[in-house]
Amino acid sequence: MENHESRLSAIWNWLDQRIGLAPAISLARKKEVPVHKHSIWYYMGGMTLFLYLVQIGTGILLLIYYRPSAEEAYESVQFLMTDVKFGWLVRSIHHWAANLMIFMAFVHLVSVLFMKAYRPPRELTWFSGVILLALALAFGFTGYLLPWNELAFFATRVGTEIVGVFPFVGDFALKIARGGTDVTGATLTRFYGVHVAILPAIGFFFLGLHLLLVQKLGMSVPPSIENSGSPKRAMKFVPDFFLRDAIGWLVAVALLVTLAAFLPAHLGVKADPFAAAPAGIKPEWYFMFMFHQLKLLPAHILGIEGELVGVMAFALGGVFLFLVPFLDRNAARGKPSPLFTWIGIAILAYILIMTWLGYTADPMG
Amino acid sequence: MNRNMTLAAVVAVGLVLCIAPGLFAQDSSDMCIECHRALDSEPLSRQVEQFEVDIHAAAGFGCVDCHGGDASIAGPGGMDPALGFLGAPGGEEIIAVCGRCHSDAEFMRQFNPSLRVDQEAEYWTSRHGQRLAAAGDTAVATCADCHAPHGIRPASDPKSTVYPPNVASTCGRCHDDSARMGTYDIPVDQNEKYARSVHHEALVEGGDISAPTCNDCHGNHGAAPPGISWVGNVCGQCHAVMADQYEQSRHAQTFVEMGMPGCATCHSNHEILEAGDSLLGLGDGAVCAACHTEGDPGGSAAMAMRAGIDSLTVEIDEATAVLHEAEQAGMEVSAAQADMKDSNSALVMGRAAMHSFSPDAVTEALAPGREIAGASLEKGQSALQDLRVRRMGLIASVAIILVLILALVLKIRQIGSGPADSPGRA
Amino acid sequence: MSKPDRPATESRRGFVNWLLGTSAGAFVVSAFYPVARFVVPPLEAESATSSVTLPFGPAEIGTNQGKSFRFGNRPGLLVRTPSGELRAFSAECTHLSCTVQYRTDESRIWCACHNGFFDLTGTNVQGPPPRPLETYDVNVRGDQIVVGLKA
Repeated sequence: MENHESRLSAIWNWLDQRIGLAPAISLARKKEVPVHKHSIWYYMGGMTLFLYLVQIGTGILLLIYYRPSAEEAYESVQFLMTDVKFGWLVRSIHHWAANLMIFMAFVHLVSVLFMKAYRPPRELTWFSGVILLALALAFGFTGYLLPWNELAFFATRVGTEIVGVFPFVGDFALKIARGGTDVTGATLTRFYGVHVAILPAIGFFFLGLHLLLVQKLGMSVPPSIENSGSPKRAMKFVPDFFLRDAIGWLVAVALLVTLAAFLPAHLGVKADPFAAAPAGIKPEWYFMFMFHQLKLLPAHILGIEGELVGVMAFALGGVFLFLVPFLDRNAARGKPSPLFTWIGIAILAYILIMTWLGYTADPMG
Repeated sequence: MNRNMTLAAVVAVGLVLCIAPGLFAQDSSDMCIECHRALDSEPLSRQVEQFEVDIHAAAGFGCVDCHGGDASIAGPGGMDPALGFLGAPGGEEIIAVCGRCHSDAEFMRQFNPSLRVDQEAEYWTSRHGQRLAAAGDTAVATCADCHAPHGIRPASDPKSTVYPPNVASTCGRCHDDSARMGTYDIPVDQNEKYARSVHHEALVEGGDISAPTCNDCHGNHGAAPPGISWVGNVCGQCHAVMADQYEQSRHAQTFVEMGMPGCATCHSNHEILEAGDSLLGLGDGAVCAACHTEGDPGGSAAMAMRAGIDSLTVEIDEATAVLHEAEQAGMEVSAAQADMKDSNSALVMGRAAMHSFSPDAVTEALAPGREIAGASLEKGQSALQDLRVRRMGLIASVAIILVLILALVLKIRQIGSGPADSPGRA
Repeated sequence: MSKPDRPATESRRGFVNWLLGTSAGAFVVSAFYPVARFVVPPLEAESATSSVTLPFGPAEIGTNQGKSFRFGNRPGLLVRTPSGELRAFSAECTHLSCTVQYRTDESRIWCACHNGFFDLTGTNVQGPPPRPLETYDVNVRGDQIVVGLKA
């Protein structure tokens, strides 16, 4: 026992001398998380991060068998699902963790918005966070096409169509997005490259920035708690907060394997570019509100193409969300800013209602 | 009386119009068509219209080639019997008119070298032809009754009266008519029965032009009911395996001696339904029961053959269902599913082998199928077993996670630095 | 931590640590077992439904010979015609789905169930089959034969 421990400490010392473990440990020891009635929301970011790590792990495993071409993509996924041991499990977890991650990212963003955690000096944390959400959506959009099934094929066709509505640059941008004038095998290889190389590279940069800023600036305390002068308690990040985080992650793993076993990811019918679009083409749920809104718009608004107006409005909405830390002057000065709370509630209500309408609307309408 | 007068008036007007020179087709050489077209009366004018699509019109033949007379003479003068005008030929005249060209190989070769020239000869051997020749019975079918005079199309034309799917209704024009058939003491339910048969279904609903209709068994120009002893040859044209086996079986001889019509004894003649397994054995709908009983060797042979076929059917259904269930659950069973096709082959062979009326032959034909079905069932069940293992694995891993969560909760409690008793923030 | 250490607490702590260590170990094993099985390639080579690489090469099928193969979960028949050409068909008879075979003596495809014959283009020429056999594309790449659905 003695011998064992002394050997461990020898390894520790060796490493410490070369890479400096002691400062990292002291940094982790020093990190604290404030405790108050809204503390629960501090877990959302960690949950999103954990699911992102699950995505990286399962994604790397899927790469072993996946073949990115129109001829082989569907067949390779089919092979993975039926012949490869636990292939069904890996793919289903990748599928469900993706959905759960985007959901958690939304929850994280909304909680940060309502707790005004974007106030100075955390503007950059907010910016990087919004960019990470956009990247997560791009991950979802590009990944959806990869099994090359009918539903994904037509959803991608509709989804990329949006790029083409922009005046002047639309046609060119569409060609860039699709790797040609239409969704083909070229689109598939393009999306594959974006999904497994470009997005992860950009993602790691912004994720690193995001985590570094969180580490440097510490957790934000909501103004309501700060102003009410309630007892400012805190718990240590290691081990107290971390162990609680771990419980959440384990619950997520249990949920993922259960979903994978009982609701495995479907493969559907192989995409046929020449077939008629099947009824009930739907994007992933997180694009539903935009998809449905664009369907509801009239053909022309004030002489401009309705779709263009809609897309521009969503683009402006994204810019607005991005710039919230600069726009919310009251919060920045530590004053209450109910206006932005109400704007947040309105946006949330709009998204929820549009999503609900999108799923209940008559598919023929 | 009134109608006749109207007709007479119409004809008179037509003649006047025809005689008035240059009023109609100035350069037409066929006055028959000109006049008959102008007649506002059926059927004299309709025949002209029909003839436009007639295969003979397309080959350059005109009215006079069958009816005689002179087409260049306008008015009734062209229809002088002295010019060979026949009017509407009937009975033997029709056969002679058509046969004049259609029995002449030299002549027919100019138009269609592959067309047979024995129709007339065959016709005289048919029941229709014999009645016409022997009894002078003009009510029988001649060429024109089946081939729609003035609108004759080749048998390959879907609008033709002799296009396979149309043949039954063409024959039915006479054979469905009880007044007509009553004089010959022939039943009139053949068409009705045929309409329920598997052959009709294949021909009309399945669109399989090679499926048999009336003429495929009865002959077309030489139409006659198939004889009892050679009905097997008719069916055996397509159902060769069964016919062979039947030929070698003891029934072949026995049925002839008993005056039973071979295949039709069990399968009927016109109302040939899809042969199901229920025909075999001694149960409901089983045809063997007509002669055999449980006690006699034939009866027990029938039951044995039926039992063998039923077992394999059940085994195939069972294996297919298990494999389907496994496939739906995402298990890979395509190899077993491919094997099942051979099992199905064995079942079909067993059903065919039954026509040898030998239980041993049936058992032998079914044997490979039973082996494959058994092996496939095992493969399907082991795939389902894997699925259960999958669910058990899920339960086990969730249990491990729950224990780990419990351990973490205990650890957190033990550390005891939860929010309740933590010191204030530094 | 400021609480006094009693033997009961000590043994409780030991138990919790043991439980934590054991269950964490079991969790790691249960997570890595599927991953390890996943990485090991399956025995059977990849099978695709739109094309299949046959388990035998063009040299193994002589002229005027037929060889059966598996196309997904359906049987197929590869024929080298007397003129040396390779042709592939679904081996499912269009009559009652029996598996057909090549008859060297007849140079035709034969269904044993009801004596149906198909010619070397797959056309039904004799007996009860109502339709021609489904035909597949055959491509020879080096010593591999790849059979695919008609484009």
